[in-house]
Amino acid sequence: MPPLVELEDIYKIYYMGDSEVHALDGISLKIEKGEFVAIIGKSGSGKSTCMNIIGCLDVATKGTYRLNGKNISNYTDDELAEVRNKMLGFIFQQYNLLPKLTLLENVALPLLYAGVSDSEQKERALRSLDRVGLKDKAKNFPSQLSGGQQQRASIARALAGNPSVILADEPTGALDSKTGREVMQFLQELHREGNTIVLITHDNSIAAQAQRVVRITDGKIVYDGPAEGDEIVSKQDKAGDA
Amino acid sequence: MGFGKCFKMAISTIWASKVRSFLTMLGIIIGIAAVIILVSLMGGLTQQLTDMFAEIGTNTIQVSITPRNGKKVEPDEMYKFAEENKGLINDVSPDIPVSGTVKAGTENEKGKAEGVSERFLNIKILNVEQGRFIQYSDIVNKSNICVIGTYQEQKFFGKGSALGKKLKINGTPLTVVGVLEEKEDSASGSGDDVIYIPYTTAIRLNGNGIVSIYGVNAVDEDHVEEATSVIKQFLNKKIGDDDYYQVISMKEMIDQMSTMMNSMQTVLVCIAGISLLVGGIGIMNIMLVSVTERTREIGIRKSLGAKQKNIMMQFVIEAGTVSCIGGVIGIIFGALVAVAAGKLLLDATIAPSVTSIIVAFSVSVAIGIGFGYLPAKKAAQLNPIDALRYD
Repeated sequence: MPPLVELEDIYKIYYMGDSEVHALDGISLKIEKGEFVAIIGKSGSGKSTCMNIIGCLDVATKGTYRLNGKNISNYTDDELAEVRNKMLGFIFQQYNLLPKLTLLENVALPLLYAGVSDSEQKERALRSLDRVGLKDKAKNFPSQLSGGQQQRASIARALAGNPSVILADEPTGALDSKTGREVMQFLQELHREGNTIVLITHDNSIAAQAQRVVRITDGKIVYDGPAEGDEIVSKQDKAGDA
Repeated sequence: MGFGKCFKMAISTIWASKVRSFLTMLGIIIGIAAVIILVSLMGGLTQQLTDMFAEIGTNTIQVSITPRNGKKVEPDEMYKFAEENKGLINDVSPDIPVSGTVKAGTENEKGKAEGVSERFLNIKILNVEQGRFIQYSDIVNKSNICVIGTYQEQKFFGKGSALGKKLKINGTPLTVVGVLEEKEDSASGSGDDVIYIPYTTAIRLNGNGIVSIYGVNAVDEDHVEEATSVIKQFLNKKIGDDDYYQVISMKEMIDQMSTMMNSMQTVLVCIAGISLLVGGIGIMNIMLVSVTERTREIGIRKSLGAKQKNIMMQFVIEAGTVSCIGGVIGIIFGALVAVAAGKLLLDATIAPSVTSIIVAFSVSVAIGIGFGYLPAKKAAQLNPIDALRYD
């Protein structure tokens, strides 16, 4: 079976006047089904670009991207939209819920674009909200919820479409440490249920909770292996225990 | 994603910013209302004028002669001419206007009488309700008699009691010998506001001894043109110079008037159309702003799997809905104003034309979709990651 996510020699190059900026400088990465991978790096390291390319929100300048064995490097805008809809679930730092829609409508959005019937949309969205413990808030608007609740709602939205990969971009970045921990526990739980999770963070203590760590510096992978193997992360882990 | 869903979404977005949506619609509302009002009023005015002419009779041809060097056309000559052209001309009668004061008892008003012959009954379809019409002997005797419409009957004498009473025109007392059947509503200026007297009497009242105007009745509408040219030939022979006579058919006048009214309407509608165009640009402007404002929303939707056509449809339907609602408000507002203005200005009941409503509505939908297309396309083509990062 091919790896779920396979990046092969991916470059992302921005042209600024005469100079080239290599946001990603030849990255190759494989992620198997059921893995919990943390992509870690300082700001400007290229980790966000990497996540955008995995999430099909951006396209690489050079290189091959295979998702579930299919080469999607040359997909059109609409084909990528379909891939995002069917295969990927996003959890953003800023939650990115639509403020004028209720939680139920927000969570049902991916299903709406998937062409699922109204009744099924409602049923699946409710089930998803129930899973994050927000079923009773289905009729509320995002602004009526706390940050932690909003992030849980966005997790419910990511789960609603039953994606192959869950991409979490700094999911705890806007939360206090307690709610941040709750969100991480929830991600752990999703992982135990067999979901594939890719977590992007700059926070070593968050990364320590993943199974595997990929460290990116200056657009290159400098470490790829178990969380305990990364020098800084393993130290952080101990610090977290203390 | 279906049309109904998009429409519901558009409605809730529009409702969420009511004031702005209304201001966006205002251009369309005013434009559509202006078109409806203008078309309806012009229609009403044209109808009114056409009715007025039609009442005189579309078969009627008016002949005016300016006598010079003793060259004139006597009524008997005209009768003979009509007799010779039986295939074209039904009948002919002098039709001499006498204007002045009409008085009966203590009531008096400015008015107008027409001096006609007994043949006038054939030129205009007139029915005598009480008494009789002018007869040949009245012409010969220059009798001081008159036949009146129901307006005069009711104003001066009261219903059913006019016969035998005296009506003074410029001081000359005339005996009422007939009252005509009510044609309209017995109002001043209507077809019931008429006084007919023998033309010989009219000549006497005018004091110039000449018949200068004739009413001619063609056999039917299709022969009006031919009859007109025959009359012109006849007058050319009689008078010589065509500067001294004028032959106008009612049909010609109605046609001329309709052409004039139509071109006037076109000009007015074009002017109103400009405000529709401005309204459309207003919608485009707001939609472009809205796309910029909602870049993040577009990014979120695209990240969740919205395709270009989904985003496109959302914005086009939103623009279309705004202008549709504007169009409907404009139509209602325009129709109300048109009816009210018709009552006040034309004293007539105006029905806003169905065609103009359908056209106005289609135009407003087209404007919404047309001017919404560009912003929608811009929105649909946004790069998801750029849109997501937008603040």
